[in-house]
Amino acid sequence: MINTLSRMIRTGILTEEVPRAPKADLPIGNLQEKVRKILGRALCIRHLDAGSCNGCELEIQALNNPYYNIEGIGIKFVASPRHADLLLVTGPVSVNMEEALKRTFDAVPDPKLVVAVGDCGACGGIFGKSYASRGAVADVIPVDHTVKGCPPSPLAILQAILETIQTTA
Amino acid sequence: MTPGFKEGTKTVPSNLPCSRKRVGAVEWREIAKSVRSAGGRLFALWGTDDRDRDTCFRVFAVYLHSSGVAVVEHEMEGGTKPTYPSLREYFPSALRMERAIFDLLGIKSIEPDHRGWLRHGGWPEDAFPLRRDFDCNNQFAAASAPYPFVQVEGDGVHEIPVGPVHAGTIEPGHFRFSVVGEKVLRLEERLGYKHKGIEKLFETMAQKEGHRLAARISGDSAVAYSWAYCAALEAATGTICPHRAVQLRALALEHERLANHLGDLGALGNDAGFAFGLTHFARMKEDLLRTNQASFSARYLMDFLVPGGVASDLPNDAPRLLLDRYRSFEADLNAMRNTYDNHAGVQDRFRETGILSQETAYNLDAVGLIARASGIPHDLRSDFPWPPYDKMKVKVSSQTSGDVAARVAVRFDEVIESLRICRALVAELRSGDIATVVPDAGPGLLGIGAIEGWRGPVLVALETGSNGSIRRCHPHDPSWQNWPLIEYAILGNLVPDFPLINKSFNLSYSGHDL
Ligand code: SF4
Repeated sequence: MINTLSRMIRTGILTEEVPRAPKADLPIGNLQEKVRKILGRALCIRHLDAGSCNGCELEIQALNNPYYNIEGIGIKFVASPRHADLLLVTGPVSVNMEEALKRTFDAVPDPKLVVAVGDCGACGGIFGKSYASRGAVADVIPVDHTVKGCPPSPLAILQAILETIQTTA
Repeated sequence: MTPGFKEGTKTVPSNLPCSRKRVGAVEWREIAKSVRSAGGRLFALWGTDDRDRDTCFRVFAVYLHSSGVAVVEHEMEGGTKPTYPSLREYFPSALRMERAIFDLLGIKSIEPDHRGWLRHGGWPEDAFPLRRDFDCNNQFAAASAPYPFVQVEGDGVHEIPVGPVHAGTIEPGHFRFSVVGEKVLRLEERLGYKHKGIEKLFETMAQKEGHRLAARISGDSAVAYSWAYCAALEAATGTICPHRAVQLRALALEHERLANHLGDLGALGNDAGFAFGLTHFARMKEDLLRTNQASFSARYLMDFLVPGGVASDLPNDAPRLLLDRYRSFEADLNAMRNTYDNHAGVQDRFRETGILSQETAYNLDAVGLIARASGIPHDLRSDFPWPPYDKMKVKVSSQTSGDVAARVAVRFDEVIESLRICRALVAELRSGDIATVVPDAGPGLLGIGAIEGWRGPVLVALETGSNGSIRRCHPHDPSWQNWPLIEYAILGNLVPDFPLINKSFNLSYSGHDL
């Protein structure tokens, strides 16, 4: 216990400043406040892997590390699509996941936002369209925003999420 | 060398000692039997459609035995119902691979279980994507049918279906639990959800671009796969990479091992109710990824390896940065290991949970990290060290208890060993070129690349086509062998322990589903 505590104290707080959404006109200001105003509570995100290579997942997971600490700014990942405001979709949509993606989308209550992550989610990436892949997420469900990169950095994903909320607000 | 294999073999271009033999149906099984009894292992299994060339279909089995890799090839006439004998009796892990071969090529092993494995109804039953006359761009409306899971009957038994969509940021797959109360009586996995036609896609690419797709087979193993691909192509073309490039590749491979092990060690602490572990290991992993960005110009090294070498050199200040990073990691790791080892709650969850005995691991073909945690100490970096590992004397970690605690301990050992290797690589880094030119390989050559990734050995079998094209490329992930093992490790455990056990295996869905 002493060891654990002393490690916590020695490590200190690592969380970095929230990035500005690059293209949005509005300054971020107090983001937590903003998210609360729009939604009345934390922004709840459900991630869905529609056929990725698992690279994008790793960068989404990184958002929960202490450097980005997104829960600290009022964004949290939830286990059920029914609790979500925003669906974060990775991968080209594999034919075998098409149905699951559509059903998950339907399960998210309206109004809902969808962000397609990575080159694959945005345009099909290296996998494109084939007998086994439907390509971009937007070819299967409506998408509000995309973030390119293979995989995109956690910062880029966070900026895309912020931009999506701001442009919708 | 396996008895009966020696006569009639040819050498195959590979980064490992590798030979090849053509056999008939009877010998196909006999070799499997003798490899098994000599303690060898099944490495990979795939099929090809060569009817355009010589009216035949072929199956290829690759074994790892005491003196290297053996490729065994069996051809069958391409009539209406091509079949070959199953290897399941000697290597149970062959079953799912045989089911996948049927889904993609329509050649059947003589074996009763023919439920679709990769085909979930996304293409017609009588269409086989890896046949030469199948167009990769065909699109079909999906027509899924219910999957016949094996039913368990009895008093108080009920089923819990989980997935394909899981409650976290992880990959999709389906798990069907049959339970009594909280205890798991049976688990049946159904995979294939992420199948995205990777093998077919390879056939539309040039030899010199295939490494990009290889790196995206399983994003957490980008270096292992792209190295295996490059090794296969370089072996087929007789290309020797500059020494500095080889050293940088190994550095990248060890960083990949570090990143994944650090991530897993944190997630395992979290699944055992110790969020402190997750926070610290996630911090270390992020530090490593930022070090990658500074040294290799990317956090994840999807495009770092190229045929003939690597894409970029280290900046001048990188060696110092790297050595500093390794030093601080080593101190952190020893402290964290101490914390985990002395935390009663964590140990209570880790110990005797999800046991995979040595006997089961051996009988069911366990490979890689999972095998090492169940007392089977194999690692290609030590068994058949290819450059630069021939100079590294890699120490193979092994545990005997086969539980979650053992899989955690192997990861701790391997992180420490990786740090040692990284330090040695940085200290001995030669100056010189980082890439050389790779010529196009002529048609009809087979090259085998095999690399010990963080999960275990990955393989890329590359057959060249004319004018620098790829005729066939089969990547193999160790998850094929290890997925069925979770069905055993979970038996008698509680349902709520499944996430912890599953995480301790951390197998690839994408690398398996292809
Ligand atoms: S964008 Fe890149 S990292 Fe993300 S799923 Fe596609 S290939 Fe993988």
